[in-house]
Amino acid sequence: MTASIIKLDTTAEDHHIARMAAVALGLTVLENAIPSPLPGVKPGLANIVTLIVLARYGWRAAAWVSLLRVVAGSLLFGNFLAPGFFLSLAGALLSLLMLAFAQHLPKRWFGPVSHSIYAAFAHITGQMLVVYLWLIPHTGIAYLIPIFATAALVFGTVNGLIAARFMDNHDMATAETANGS
Amino acid sequence: MHSAALQYIKPGDWLTLLLGGIFVALITLKLWNGDLADKAIIRSGGKIFREVPLSRDLQIEVPGPLGISIITIEKRKARITSDPSPRQYCVRQGWLQNSGEIAICLPNQISVELTGSKKKYDSLNY
Repeated sequence: MTASIIKLDTTAEDHHIARMAAVALGLTVLENAIPSPLPGVKPGLANIVTLIVLARYGWRAAAWVSLLRVVAGSLLFGNFLAPGFFLSLAGALLSLLMLAFAQHLPKRWFGPVSHSIYAAFAHITGQMLVVYLWLIPHTGIAYLIPIFATAALVFGTVNGLIAARFMDNHDMATAETANGS
Repeated sequence: MHSAALQYIKPGDWLTLLLGGIFVALITLKLWNGDLADKAIIRSGGKIFREVPLSRDLQIEVPGPLGISIITIEKRKARITSDPSPRQYCVRQGWLQNSGEIAICLPNQISVELTGSKKKYDSLNY
């Protein structure tokens, strides 16, 4: 009797997306070790990966990486289909929607920093919608919005800078190798 | 180090940062400024027992299944002063001042919620 092997045909792009999603997942795990003063205020380091993938490989790949990270992350932390998962998912979906528009901003004037800030604002919008429409339907949560908005602006800027810097370093490294050979 | 980070911010990014900053400032002013409560809604057993303005100081006795809870309104603030519930959570919560704040005595099925009217003061209010 022969063992049956199921083999899925995967492309190089699939492997690449999986690799990037794994990096994003690593950053998510790392980030969860950082204590937060308020639940929901997190730097969102994994979004750096999303930004880089968006700039390099386009929106479709970025959407894959982002959503894979949300689903796989929830499996890792054991909150798949729990409220925390839907919060992440809503944030990721609205961010991606926003990025779909933001990526068409003229490259000459707008870089990853803009993408990151717009996505961060979209992210908290998605989360606040889920919180308000489902978890805590009370106008009292409006008092938290300024805190989340400030965090979005700060962390959005920082993540955008990190993404921009990483891509710049990477470009220089590739340019140097190209020149050397 | 400073200029090293700044070189990644393009002109349009500065615009985004500026717009984001203005947005955060406006939303903070709007949500944190002045929406002080002007009315207290007192509920007993899920039904509205009374709605009272915060402008007059008064004490209200509200009957619940365990006994009488006393709600005090003073200087535009409200609190539950005494309650027969065993753990006294709602009493220890203290003064409520902003709209949206709420104190709930679950065992005695009584709650006090503050709401603010969206309109500004007009000539009939002071």
